[in-house]
Amino acid sequence: MEKMNSQSKNQAFDLAPGTAWTGKWNQNPYKIIKRLGKGANGVVYLADTRTGQKAVKIGEDKMSLTSEVNVLRAFSKVQGNVLGPSLLDVDDVIWKGEVYPFFCMEYLEGETLLDFARKRGSEWIPVFMVQLLGDLDRLHQEGWIFGDLKPDNLIITGPPSRVRWFDVGGTTRQGRAVKEYTEFYDRGYWGLGDRRAEPSYDLFAAAMILIETAYPRRFDKPGGAAPEKTLSLLRRYIQHSQPLAPFQHVLLRALKGEYPNAQLMKKDLIQTIEKKTSRKPPASPKQKGKPHKKTRPRQRAAGSSKEKASYRPEIILTTSFLFLSSVLYFMGQWM
Amino acid sequence: MNHGKIKQILLLTDGCSNQGEDPAAVAAFAREKGITVNVIGVLDHGSARDHGMQEVENIAASGGGVSQIVNVDQLARTVQMVTKQSMTHTLHGVVQSELSQILGSGQEVDDLPPDKRGEVVDVVDELGETVDLDVLILVDTSASMKPKLPMVQDALTDLSISLHSRTGENHFALFVFPGKRKDTEKMLDWTPEMNSLTGVFQRMTTGGITPTGPALQAALQHFDKRLSKRSLKRYGEDEFPIEESGF
Repeated sequence: MEKMNSQSKNQAFDLAPGTAWTGKWNQNPYKIIKRLGKGANGVVYLADTRTGQKAVKIGEDKMSLTSEVNVLRAFSKVQGNVLGPSLLDVDDVIWKGEVYPFFCMEYLEGETLLDFARKRGSEWIPVFMVQLLGDLDRLHQEGWIFGDLKPDNLIITGPPSRVRWFDVGGTTRQGRAVKEYTEFYDRGYWGLGDRRAEPSYDLFAAAMILIETAYPRRFDKPGGAAPEKTLSLLRRYIQHSQPLAPFQHVLLRALKGEYPNAQLMKKDLIQTIEKKTSRKPPASPKQKGKPHKKTRPRQRAAGSSKEKASYRPEIILTTSFLFLSSVLYFMGQWM
Repeated sequence: MNHGKIKQILLLTDGCSNQGEDPAAVAAFAREKGITVNVIGVLDHGSARDHGMQEVENIAASGGGVSQIVNVDQLARTVQMVTKQSMTHTLHGVVQSELSQILGSGQEVDDLPPDKRGEVVDVVDELGETVDLDVLILVDTSASMKPKLPMVQDALTDLSISLHSRTGENHFALFVFPGKRKDTEKMLDWTPEMNSLTGVFQRMTTGGITPTGPALQAALQHFDKRLSKRSLKRYGEDEFPIEESGF
């Protein structure tokens, strides 16, 4: 335990494809297919299991991995769990005489937010943000804070395309200190708040994710993080980006921690999207259709689209009524 | 739950000590006194690990703490991570020994089935959130560290933000070595806030020698003084000069 430097950690995790083992406690067989990625508490592999291909996360430190398992377990008690990947097995593996903890979870296959947006159009990004804020709201209502919210921990699954959480290692009980974070998305790093787990902490990170989509190479914080300085820097970045500028109001409120819950930020975001789409004529009909299909159920209150939609059945009903009565009339004439 | 207290020394250095006793020996002594010694080795941009970094690992290993060797731009993240990891480690040890008493010696948390382990981790998490923490920060200000000091200051402010987000109480003290006239100089006595750091590093002169061992020694004595003062029910102001004698 004394040697916690990263060098010793990495070596232990390098399991080659084909490596197979049986869990120490539950006796389930596993066989590694490939390495998927590295999270805060361990390495994630794609593995063959009794129930098909699943993701397996192997850690070295039992305590931090168990902490993550506790979170996933709590999530699985939430009804209709879409919050994190579902937890399937928790066990230990004995490898070269050492015992490593691991757990097995649902394998979420998909693309990163940025890859997806590059292929399918940037109009998807606000849609995913709305989805994300809805999920955050549910998570917050369960008494949790996501903590380490960043594009690396999000994945777009589908179809239908939906943002899902990939790595929940940073999830923290509300009121505590945030367990894991990444500087760029951390309000403490920008001098704009502390690291207490509360809804506004996640909303700051959500705003930074949206900002990052316009600046994929990110940008640095000026030395000595005076809050006014960093805030005006972030404001400038928002104003100078064409896709971000319409969201300036929402983003700045989130950065300043002015949203007490995700629901309010989501509402503002939806309103901004509506304003944006009604103001500008669609660039190309193909690109336009997709996000609309997605957002429509969430914006039922919006006037014009609802009216247009409700004409349709009336026209169909009237024409079929006219047709039927004329058929009956001619039938009457015939006989 | 009875609120315990975790005591840590956090040493930030970039090289080999060259004066006084072996810092690893002082760290081992600190461990015996219930004070964990964590060490962060600060590298320059692009420079490789050298033999000075072996010393970093040795000190932390003898001090029962965590060591990390990082580039100066990763310092903020590392400082808070090392502090937290070390806290969890200490608490884990406490819970471990309690468990051995209940379950019989030889039984460890790691031997528990994963389900039971989850409950133990919940207890450790809870303790980590509520326990009080004393961190004495010891910064190497020998000549080669000078350009890194602004980053050190940022990292310490960041640590303060992280720890203040916990429920438990925190107290910090800041020592630098070498001092102006002595091996070690106290820059900040026990305080719950580290906002007062601004300007601390501007005032000081950086020297050529690196008396890491004597600096650790002074840190230990400062902890002792806090204890004895506590029993007198008054702490906060400290007018005594730091003693430099060995043990």
